[in-house]
Amino acid sequence: MATIEDYVARVEGTCGAEKDVIVIFKYDKKDEAIKRILAKAQVKNSISGIIFELGFKDFSFRLYSSGKAIFRSIKNKEELNSMLAELLL
Amino acid sequence: MHENARERIAKFIGARDSAEVVFVRGTTEAVNLVAYAWGLHNLNRGDEVLLSLMEHHSNIVPWEIVSQLRGFKVKYAKVNSDGTLNYRDLEGQITNKTKMVSLSHVSNVSGVINDVRRIAKAAHDHGALMLSDGAQSVPHIPVNVQDLDVDFLAFSGHKMLGPTGIGVLYGKKNLLEKMPPFQGGGEMIREVSFEYATDQCSITWNDPPWKFEAGTPDISGSIALGEAVKYLEKIGMQEVYDHEAMLTRKAVRMLEEHSKVKIYGPSDLSSKCGIMPFSVDELSSHDVALFLDNYGITIRSGFHCAQPLHQVFKLQSSARASFYIYNTAEEIDRFSEVLAEIEKL
Repeated sequence: MATIEDYVARVEGTCGAEKDVIVIFKYDKKDEAIKRILAKAQVKNSISGIIFELGFKDFSFRLYSSGKAIFRSIKNKEELNSMLAELLL
Repeated sequence: MHENARERIAKFIGARDSAEVVFVRGTTEAVNLVAYAWGLHNLNRGDEVLLSLMEHHSNIVPWEIVSQLRGFKVKYAKVNSDGTLNYRDLEGQITNKTKMVSLSHVSNVSGVINDVRRIAKAAHDHGALMLSDGAQSVPHIPVNVQDLDVDFLAFSGHKMLGPTGIGVLYGKKNLLEKMPPFQGGGEMIREVSFEYATDQCSITWNDPPWKFEAGTPDISGSIALGEAVKYLEKIGMQEVYDHEAMLTRKAVRMLEEHSKVKIYGPSDLSSKCGIMPFSVDELSSHDVALFLDNYGITIRSGFHCAQPLHQVFKLQSSARASFYIYNTAEEIDRFSEVLAEIEKL
């Protein structure tokens, strides 16, 4: 059974007052992760098909074709993991 | 080779004697060395150490820690809204209570070059010592410790084409001779002898710089830093600065054409190095960094370990582009093109 760890290499809190969270997907799984996320999230804006402004439930986040995503206003690790599980699995 | 590297680095910064060059892990360790080895033994309640609000955390936290141990006061000179140092405020805060002024030579956020010679003179006029954080100056501009008349200068190898984990503390020889060791171990002692009569060990310290280099040194790091210095000397530090200044002027000119981009720092580019903090309307610095990363352009986002200066700028964080000898004018063009894409978000 797949887990979010199959897709996520690491999660980094940003340095700054914003407290955003950056999710870095595993290099060999990033294309599949992006495909899965785009299938479930609402695309609000896209630039050249490589950067996506997305909405999912009450959250907004950006997804980059380099295999990184930045989430804003995440309360804690559990909330992030719950959303990643819904998006990826 | 290790000692040859020390001699080369001493000449590079204009030190009188290679014994004034102490190898450390980097700027942070160099400041800690002074804060502990000098500060613990020379600072008392009633004394003051003067920093500024533009300091990197590595030139704030060590002094605050030692202040808690010794009871002296750490004071902060103000910074103007354009990121330049408020000299009037700083000089007004130097009094006979001031024992140390510790200040960035170049701000790691704004690239502002501080007039360290002027501040060192003001410090010395009041009997205080001057430490300069040269992490962002030694790699980018000609630095001569005798000309600046600083008592200590700290810098890191990894910001000047050398490896991580090696750096330098320059200290005037007479000061280093008076200071007790920072860490204990091999190399930093001349003799450790056991006195059977008293049942005690008798220890005598080595001379500087080895007195401050306990344990096996990072020999590969010092040699690599020496080679990096050799390479920079071959180019010439004035040429390094001129190249960065050209890139900075071009970058500022191009970024000013972007309606959503705001540049921070002084408008007088002659008083700054090739470091350019900026923000893009309605985007966090991390969004900007990730966007640029997607196009193979690397910048830094966040506080850059200088949170007080971000409070001055009233910023939650900032994006920071920085230039060095390997960057080209064409890369600035590309940087501007990608910023135009970001503005579409």
